[in-house]
Amino acid sequence: MRKVAVVGAGMTKFMRRAQETGKELAWETAKLALDSCDLTIKDVDCVVMGTAPDAFDMVHMKSEYLGDGAGAWRKPYVRGFLGGGTGVFTACQAWYHVASGMFDVCLAVTEEKMSSCLPHPQGAFVTCWDQFTESPLGTSLLWFFAWEMNRYMNAHGITQREIAEVSVKNKKNALHHPCAQLPGEITVDDVMNSEIMAWPVKRLDVSPTSDGAVVLVFASEDFAKRITDKPVWVEGVGWCLDTMYIGQRDLYYPKYVEYAARMAYDMAGIKDPRREIDIAEPYDPFSYKELHHAEGLLLCDKGEAVKLLLNGETQRTGRQPWCPSGGALGVGNAIAATGLMKVAELFWQLRGEAGGRQVPGKPRRGVAQAWGDEMQVGTVVVLGV
Amino acid sequence: MPVDKVTQVGQTKPLHGEIPVYAQYTFGIAGERFFREIKDKGRLMGARCASCDLLYVPPRMYCERCFGELSQWLEVPSRGFVHTFTISHVDLDGNRLREPIVVAMVKFEGVYGGIVHRLGGIGRDEVRVGMPVEMVLKPKAKRIGSILDIDFFRPVVG
Amino acid sequence: MSEKIKAWPGTPLSEKDIREKRILVTEWQPNLKYAWDTGAGYGRYFAELKKGKIVGTKCNKCRRILLPARVFCEWCFRTVDEWVYLKDTGTVNTFSVAYTGTAAERLKEPRIPALIEIDGSDGVAIMHLISDVDPWKVKIGMRVKAVWKPKQKREGAITDIEYWKPI
Repeated sequence: MRKVAVVGAGMTKFMRRAQETGKELAWETAKLALDSCDLTIKDVDCVVMGTAPDAFDMVHMKSEYLGDGAGAWRKPYVRGFLGGGTGVFTACQAWYHVASGMFDVCLAVTEEKMSSCLPHPQGAFVTCWDQFTESPLGTSLLWFFAWEMNRYMNAHGITQREIAEVSVKNKKNALHHPCAQLPGEITVDDVMNSEIMAWPVKRLDVSPTSDGAVVLVFASEDFAKRITDKPVWVEGVGWCLDTMYIGQRDLYYPKYVEYAARMAYDMAGIKDPRREIDIAEPYDPFSYKELHHAEGLLLCDKGEAVKLLLNGETQRTGRQPWCPSGGALGVGNAIAATGLMKVAELFWQLRGEAGGRQVPGKPRRGVAQAWGDEMQVGTVVVLGV
Repeated sequence: MPVDKVTQVGQTKPLHGEIPVYAQYTFGIAGERFFREIKDKGRLMGARCASCDLLYVPPRMYCERCFGELSQWLEVPSRGFVHTFTISHVDLDGNRLREPIVVAMVKFEGVYGGIVHRLGGIGRDEVRVGMPVEMVLKPKAKRIGSILDIDFFRPVVG
Repeated sequence: MSEKIKAWPGTPLSEKDIREKRILVTEWQPNLKYAWDTGAGYGRYFAELKKGKIVGTKCNKCRRILLPARVFCEWCFRTVDEWVYLKDTGTVNTFSVAYTGTAAERLKEPRIPALIEIDGSDGVAIMHLISDVDPWKVKIGMRVKAVWKPKQKREGAITDIEYWKPI
């Protein structure tokens, strides 16, 4: 397998509602990503698309619809779809297009326009639950996250106040992100006093729905070295799916994230992620998820993530920053685009181009992770310089 | 392992459900302008890519071939021709229509693309591929900024 | 972020822009109605619920119970070996006090969705609702029992159990 590098990146602002159509969001971002590394659409050999349920944009066969905006006119083009895990998986897909030797340059495009789905995109998730044994009970997607948070808190004796610190940290980190939708200085009390959606999940524990797009440019080693002196290498990829039957897996720990992480770490030759990973971007659509996923990523023992959070190790200036981008909680959650935003963050951080969000000390290796589907897929990418 | 078999379709009891969402689409940066031109000025616009020498109708923000931004907008004559057509006898749900409708892809000279719309003012068996047609707009007061601001395309007389 | 990027694309709109028609929008109500067939496993599961019984299936190779009842084991990829009747009592594995409904609408009275480990299944849980209890007194580990609809009102659906209440 050839070595593959990320050589360019672009993203839109993450917004509650964009005027652009999905196609236009995709084009604006793809153009930006290509311009950022002085490439044109002619240099692109193939395109991979990651976009979550068609129902969000309310356009059937969404990837075909987005194709021309994604630069895929008359090119080999394919869509990967793993629900919320899509964004990071798009990076995995781009990786194997180039690593296989079939293509030299692959454009990885992710897009979401959730504002098209009314009254609320959550309504499109009716069959995320089992339509026979669960949906007839009037299910809301939020109930699932509430269950998982409750089980996680119960298993390790963690409190809501402790978990709320994730929202505080990430929204603060997002203050330095030019595309962030909900950056801000909030307190634990703000989180605790926010509206209860489904106990223990409160409004400020949840990331917003967003419209947005993120694009990365992947290139083979030869091509990358010709166009940049700062290629960021894909060192490991991993993905794994668990059973969709909720009652058959214990919600307190994401085993599927661990399996995906092991796959990526093995490929990268990482034996001790606690020491060998400088930056982590675990997926944080909910405050507790950053901790839940960090444990799945083997960055600490089960139940210990909250200790690292509370003693400051995961702050931007800490030993191992988690979500220095501001995460989904601060930047926004345009589902598939959020996953790739985390990979883009690693790209900018490892090149020293993260501006006000820059993690000090010349970080050399990062891990990005996403999750979703029927809430049982883990997708992981390790980047390094 | 014994499983009770059902031998008649009528014995099965499917579970009925629905997905409770509806769509609200913005027209986009290019679409906003295209539809406002039809609504307010009653004219069709296209966007030109100078590098590829293509005039896009409906107009777009970008050229799909060279990926360049399209900023040159030009009026397109509202006369075109039938590139292809069909006579539809069923609706979206598969029910029989009382009156079949003629739906055509209308293309225009020198234009890359075209408009899908209904044909009117002509008998179904008189439609021919290639026949010249022109746009018929709804009265201005009834236009809202929609493809239906165009009522239909009808044959050019003479 | 990358000296080459000067501006970040995206044109944010507000609720007002749409309400006051500063931006054109078009709306569409799709006809998304479904008729799903249950299949063999769920078919029997629901037929048993109608009779007031909870049934699972057993995979002897993996030595586990599958619930809700299904006809193949996704771990070893074989068809299951037998049907097993389970109790209608269980233990709360996790729960929520929920103020949101399916389309994210706010509920005035909270509902208590829960994962309930069914007795006899060795820890396998199904989803249902807890009721007839102060929501703030529900605990993980609490013991609950199914409250069934009267026989003549049962249809062969998960709602044949109306809710679960503490024992």
